[in-house]
Amino acid sequence: MRKLNRLLTVIAATSATLVSFTSAAAEVNIYSARKEALIKPVLEQFTEKTGIEVNLLTGKADALLARLGSEGENTPADLFLTVDAGALYRAVEADAFQPLNSKLVEKAVPEHFRSKDNLWFGLSLRARPIFYSPERVNPEKLESYLSLADEQWDDRICIRSSNNLYNQSLVAALIEHHGAEKTEAWAEDFVSNFARKPVGGDRDQIKGVAYGVCDIAVANTYYFGHMLNSDDADEREAAQKVKIFWPAQDAQGAHVNVSGIGITKHAKNVDEAQKLIEFLVSEESQKWYAQANYEYPVRDGVEWSETLQKWGEFKQDDISMDVLGENNGEAVRLMNRAGWR
Amino acid sequence: MSRGTLLLFAVAVLIGLPLIVVALSLLNPQWDILSHLWQTVIPEYISHSLILLICVGLGVTVLGVSTAWCISQYDFPGWRYLSWGLLLPLAMPAYITAYTYTGLLDYAGPVQQLIRQVFNVSIGDYWFPNIRSLGGAVFVLCVVLYPYVYLITRAAFMQQSTAAFESARTLGAGSFKSFWRVAMPLARPAIATGVTLALMETLADYGTMEYFGVTVFTTGIFRTWYGIGDAQGALQLSALLLIFVIVLIMIERYSRRRARFYQQRSSNRTPQRRPLKGWRAGLASFICWLPVILGFLIPASQLLWWSVEKSDIWLEASFWVLTGNTLWLGLLAACITVLLALWLAYGRRRHPTRPLRAAITLAGMGYAIPGIVIAVGLLSPLAWFDHQIIAASKWLFDVNPGLIFSGTVIALLFAYSVRFLSVSLQTVSSGLEQITPQMDDSARTLGASGRRILWKVHLPLLKSPLLAALILVLVDVMKELPATLVLRPFDFNTLAVRAFEMASDERLADAGPPALMIVAVGLIPVMMLSRALRNKSIKTGD
Repeated sequence: MRKLNRLLTVIAATSATLVSFTSAAAEVNIYSARKEALIKPVLEQFTEKTGIEVNLLTGKADALLARLGSEGENTPADLFLTVDAGALYRAVEADAFQPLNSKLVEKAVPEHFRSKDNLWFGLSLRARPIFYSPERVNPEKLESYLSLADEQWDDRICIRSSNNLYNQSLVAALIEHHGAEKTEAWAEDFVSNFARKPVGGDRDQIKGVAYGVCDIAVANTYYFGHMLNSDDADEREAAQKVKIFWPAQDAQGAHVNVSGIGITKHAKNVDEAQKLIEFLVSEESQKWYAQANYEYPVRDGVEWSETLQKWGEFKQDDISMDVLGENNGEAVRLMNRAGWR
Repeated sequence: MSRGTLLLFAVAVLIGLPLIVVALSLLNPQWDILSHLWQTVIPEYISHSLILLICVGLGVTVLGVSTAWCISQYDFPGWRYLSWGLLLPLAMPAYITAYTYTGLLDYAGPVQQLIRQVFNVSIGDYWFPNIRSLGGAVFVLCVVLYPYVYLITRAAFMQQSTAAFESARTLGAGSFKSFWRVAMPLARPAIATGVTLALMETLADYGTMEYFGVTVFTTGIFRTWYGIGDAQGALQLSALLLIFVIVLIMIERYSRRRARFYQQRSSNRTPQRRPLKGWRAGLASFICWLPVILGFLIPASQLLWWSVEKSDIWLEASFWVLTGNTLWLGLLAACITVLLALWLAYGRRRHPTRPLRAAITLAGMGYAIPGIVIAVGLLSPLAWFDHQIIAASKWLFDVNPGLIFSGTVIALLFAYSVRFLSVSLQTVSSGLEQITPQMDDSARTLGASGRRILWKVHLPLLKSPLLAALILVLVDVMKELPATLVLRPFDFNTLAVRAFEMASDERLADAGPPALMIVAVGLIPVMMLSRALRNKSIKTGD
């Protein structure tokens, strides 16, 4: 027993020193579903400017959320950052966030790109338009996502697997606009128009159009941006054979998804976390944050990168991001039934 | 049960904890989601998984056994390099190999470009196998996983007493016949072990299947969990996957029914490798070079090609930190896992009671479960321990020690033990099976204690399987991704994490250097293993 007591004292003493050490410097801890290379540089700028250290853990959104949940009130995470509306919705459902009241942030982030209770805030937008080959497709025949189910596109469409979050969000949006029944009928015809079984990522779909495997692809624009500015000449050349079509411009607009951030419910460094969010929505970091990955800034009036300007202005679907989250599960079931693998 | 066995039992159950969590999920079946999945995707998961298992099983057996036979029996040009070169594909993460082959063979790759230029045709006018398909997945898994069979079977061939072959030859059996009738049956448990390991890894693979668009249980688990947001449903899919594993293990057990594969080592001599000449030497070289070229040289050259553009990364300090992290984490995990395996395999040998055997079998099933499921299965028990410790510490000393298990290296090591125990357990057990019970008996008659028998009799004989287990786990940990991703501490990355982040963003050139480094760091242990095996075969041959 005496031994045990001594051991405990030693442990307590060391952990006490550890605790005092770590809390000496101001810091903030992030769980991030955004990849290290696409977030670290802007975090470093933040540290340089404020002296607040940032600790980063990257991973898949739902796994990080599970970790956050099981760590409960003892979690070290102050912020949770993710790249999809569905994941943000599930974080809200899991009661992972606390609201942030900051006039600065509210002014910067338009209302439909943050949650209604200010639990999370959008940081950048990811548009998912249609890509086509100008050689083989007359853009006048393109119209909306729905029209891709037309017979004229039989055996001509490339799109990745429905495992992909962005496809799930897209279908979730269609469910909201057109109803589940119509969307399911659409999905069945759409799937029968696929030129091949869904394989690879978004770049592979754009490449498919470039190389003539298919004539039309649906993909996120930032992959296209990376291809246009690639180190690899083949990839640049391939991308130049493909054009963007902004769908549903007379209707709801092109589908956009959001990457967003919120303060965790049990955050220990709330002030620092707030400072970081304010920094991320500031004009300066919005420009970098969006440009680093060819995404669209969430804040109005921020200058777009040259690549984005070339693609032109377009009407965005301003559906509430919460709805995308709510419909996500139904979207996957619907795609299961429609045979979209 | 004695105290020792009880402890053994407890540890085995602890390792099996995530599996128990998975199995228990079936107690509360979510009929809604299950019936939906059953009507839509499960039949496809089952048929794809079966095709994969059968084809990969056959493929790794053919590649592994034929190469093991050539290397252990014959001498031919290139033997020195091939004997360890055949292990190199082990160091390649399967999904990285999948990426490299896609880069080479899909319509945008150099091979098809060449075909189009030479024959002046365009896409759609000619037939070319589609690498991103079920068949492509079988190919990739075969060339990446055959080394398990090669490694374990070669050791078995080398340990087989020459007496058996010589008798067969004296009785007029030719080289082929003595292989088929004598060597193969004797090596059966080793082959079964290797194939089981390869198939368990096949079942757990996510990266390759996702990239190739092959729908199997692992991709379904992710989809159900992330997409439909139903963690219970995902667990229940994992439980269905477990059924496959149980069947697999039963087949393995059945394959060695009745038979006891102890070798009588009294008249043991090193099998003399026979030199081959002419077309026979050519054939043996071909058989052995083929898997090395397909599983290692081609993907590694493609990686190297991609990495040339990114040569400045080798000068970055952070890259070397990644390498260091990967290496020490792997070494630590490998040592822990092998010690655990040794202890459990021993316990089973000495006290083969039914509950203990069952618990150890359970502990050895983690290899077939996707790492992400294990990681999530571990999160809640680890967090529970942490909460208890924090509460106690606050009450006693008014100090919050923070999380000790969750999000620390301890969590990672635990997850690796769960996931890779089976690799070391199977390797160590198959080594242990070669030691006759009579040897224990004679040692005991001579008054040796259990511990002394272990040190003086068993350990020297187990040296090579132990080393093999150590290196297999080391390489596996270095490649491991999903559990590392979920459980690692802040600002702690490994090579596999970096390679994955780049590859999943489809930035293959940036994924090259970390992937190559995994291979390079994995090479050193593979060469060590090969040398140790060779030394051993020389030493025991007196």
